[in-house]
Amino acid sequence: MKTITRIRKTLGVIGIILLLVGLIGYKFANAQSSPAPAATPTPSSTIATPVDMTSATTTAPATAAATPVDAPLAHDISDSVVGKPASTAVTDPTNDPSGANTGGISDISTADPKNAGRPTALDIANQVGKNKIAINFVWTLLCGFLVMFMQAGFALVETGFTRGKNAAHTMAMNMVIYCLGVLGFYVVGFGLMFGGLNPLGTLGGTTVLNHEFSIQLLGKTFGLFGTTGFFLTGKAYDVAVLTLFLFQVVFMDAAATIPTGAMAERWKFVPFCIWGLFLSMILYPLYGNWVWGGGWLAMLGSNFGLGHGVVDFAGSSVVHAVGGIASLAGVIVLGPRIGKFRKDGTPVAIPGHNLTLALLGVFILAFGWFGFNPGSTLAGVDLRISVVAVNTMLASCAGLFSAMIYMWWKTGKPDPAMAGNGCLAGLVAITAPSAFVNPMGAVIIGLIAGILVILVAGVIEWKFKLDDPVGAIAVHGANGLWGLISVGLFADGTYGDSWNGVKGTVTGLFYGDGGQLVAQLIGVVVCFVFVFFGSLIFFKIVDATIGMRVKPEEELNGIDISEVGVLAYPRDDMFSMPERMAPRPKSS
Amino acid sequence: MKKIEAIIRPQMVEEVKNALADINIAGMTLTEVRGFGNQKGFVDHFRNNEIYVSLLPKMEIKIIVNDEQVDQVVKVIIEAARTGEVGDGKIFVSSVDEVYRIRTGDRGAKAI
Repeated sequence: MKTITRIRKTLGVIGIILLLVGLIGYKFANAQSSPAPAATPTPSSTIATPVDMTSATTTAPATAAATPVDAPLAHDISDSVVGKPASTAVTDPTNDPSGANTGGISDISTADPKNAGRPTALDIANQVGKNKIAINFVWTLLCGFLVMFMQAGFALVETGFTRGKNAAHTMAMNMVIYCLGVLGFYVVGFGLMFGGLNPLGTLGGTTVLNHEFSIQLLGKTFGLFGTTGFFLTGKAYDVAVLTLFLFQVVFMDAAATIPTGAMAERWKFVPFCIWGLFLSMILYPLYGNWVWGGGWLAMLGSNFGLGHGVVDFAGSSVVHAVGGIASLAGVIVLGPRIGKFRKDGTPVAIPGHNLTLALLGVFILAFGWFGFNPGSTLAGVDLRISVVAVNTMLASCAGLFSAMIYMWWKTGKPDPAMAGNGCLAGLVAITAPSAFVNPMGAVIIGLIAGILVILVAGVIEWKFKLDDPVGAIAVHGANGLWGLISVGLFADGTYGDSWNGVKGTVTGLFYGDGGQLVAQLIGVVVCFVFVFFGSLIFFKIVDATIGMRVKPEEELNGIDISEVGVLAYPRDDMFSMPERMAPRPKSS
Repeated sequence: MKKIEAIIRPQMVEEVKNALADINIAGMTLTEVRGFGNQKGFVDHFRNNEIYVSLLPKMEIKIIVNDEQVDQVVKVIIEAARTGEVGDGKIFVSSVDEVYRIRTGDRGAKAI
């Protein structure tokens, strides 16, 4: 018979078999779940009308006065609230499709097991406290997972904006930076950065991270780096500490992956790996400690009265400026790609090989940023998270918009690639101020960021003759510093009481506090000087010892094979060559 | 009239194009080709296995010139496309019977 008829007959037979199996299975399952008639008496009704919450609150004070707090409440509320009593017989469970009977008083842990199902007021208070901390844990961890996904966004943006012959190498760098960053931070970076950060207020208040190395200068304490928490062992093996670790390590990895874009297409893989370890273990944690770990930049407020010290909510400087400024040092040492600059110094456009991937990467980054900024409250119960999230969203769109309009004006076309860079610039810029500004401020910051990124990219390429294939210096370096400055301008004083140990909310110049701007500017200078010279020295040493750059002929051919041994885009017919015309591959 | 077919490395296309523009050759046809000669391939990997790749990507430039220009054009292409490594490519010169310009209907040397 014809092939199509045979296929149809086969599918028909399979379909009938599946139908029979399904019917039999359904009947079988239903027979199991329906109770045998009159075999066991059903338990007393578990469904009751929900208690009127207003009447419960008015009676509570009276009962509290009447009974000691750790005894079961005299007013027995266990039968008048929704939920299964603890004594439900397990031999005949009922299902709950609406959810009305799942969860309730029997889920409150009681200090005394005899009170199971009838908690005391202390039990309830304890559970409430635990739930509050649990909300904060869940929030922080989930936001951390979102930020981890930004690694994919960075990878796609960088690979899309560079050439296909190097795509495997670019993707490999972005993948490997994740693992090297995490491991380096685990071994030593986290301890250096947060060893002295106590207490972890929103995550249960633990104070195990209580060792900070400081020096005394000008009569004040200058915290420099932490000295506990290495390998996450000992006192650091703690649920709150590990929550903090996960959240912070993905931030560090964002900083680490920024230079892989600026230095793409000509960076040897070995020096890149050493860079990953250097950033995660030394460079990032030091500046990070000074701003986030309770170090001296954060203490400029309590030590010298400069606002609240350097305020960087989610890391415009700690993450993005660090990555962008290190990129600047890196491209200076590495040099431009072959063919990027003509003999007279004018730049040549080297188009990326996949705009689709690049713009998808921008979306992934914008999405992940909803973990980056709002997650930095480290608290789901801190309802400012909605303001942070909306500010983030507004700044990203404002940056995209202003970049697009500017390119439309300048070149006659709304360049999508630059618009994507503008979106990222807005996100970078709002990262520091996201918790402290109002939506209007967020829009203004984003609009400025979108223009700034294009101007800086032009200066880097045309004036300084540096080759940055993805614009990392303009997006992350320049806008990271702009974000830090904007806190000192636009913070409107509606949030941040006791930030960095200084009473009062965080306020910027436009809302009455010029001292904050001074602190921010100090942060800008320290960030630039420390990161630029720190990474410049590092790159120069690496270049002098093992060399940073691939050989020119390898660069021209594409560094996929020479650096990582695989092609990102092999042709399907590439290995159909008869063997006698080509030598055998080397056996490894 | 002669046809010059030059198979060169893809990276040298810009150099060759600019060098030809310098001697007023302003038109050409470019084809992406793959092949090999003395240049052996390279080893690609996929998971645990090696793949021997010997069809290497090259670019073929075709230009039509007057007989007098052949030597100069060939010299310019060789200088621009040479890197000194195995795999620089080859140039083939052949005769062309007739050339027409579609827009105007010109033929012969006027159409080059």
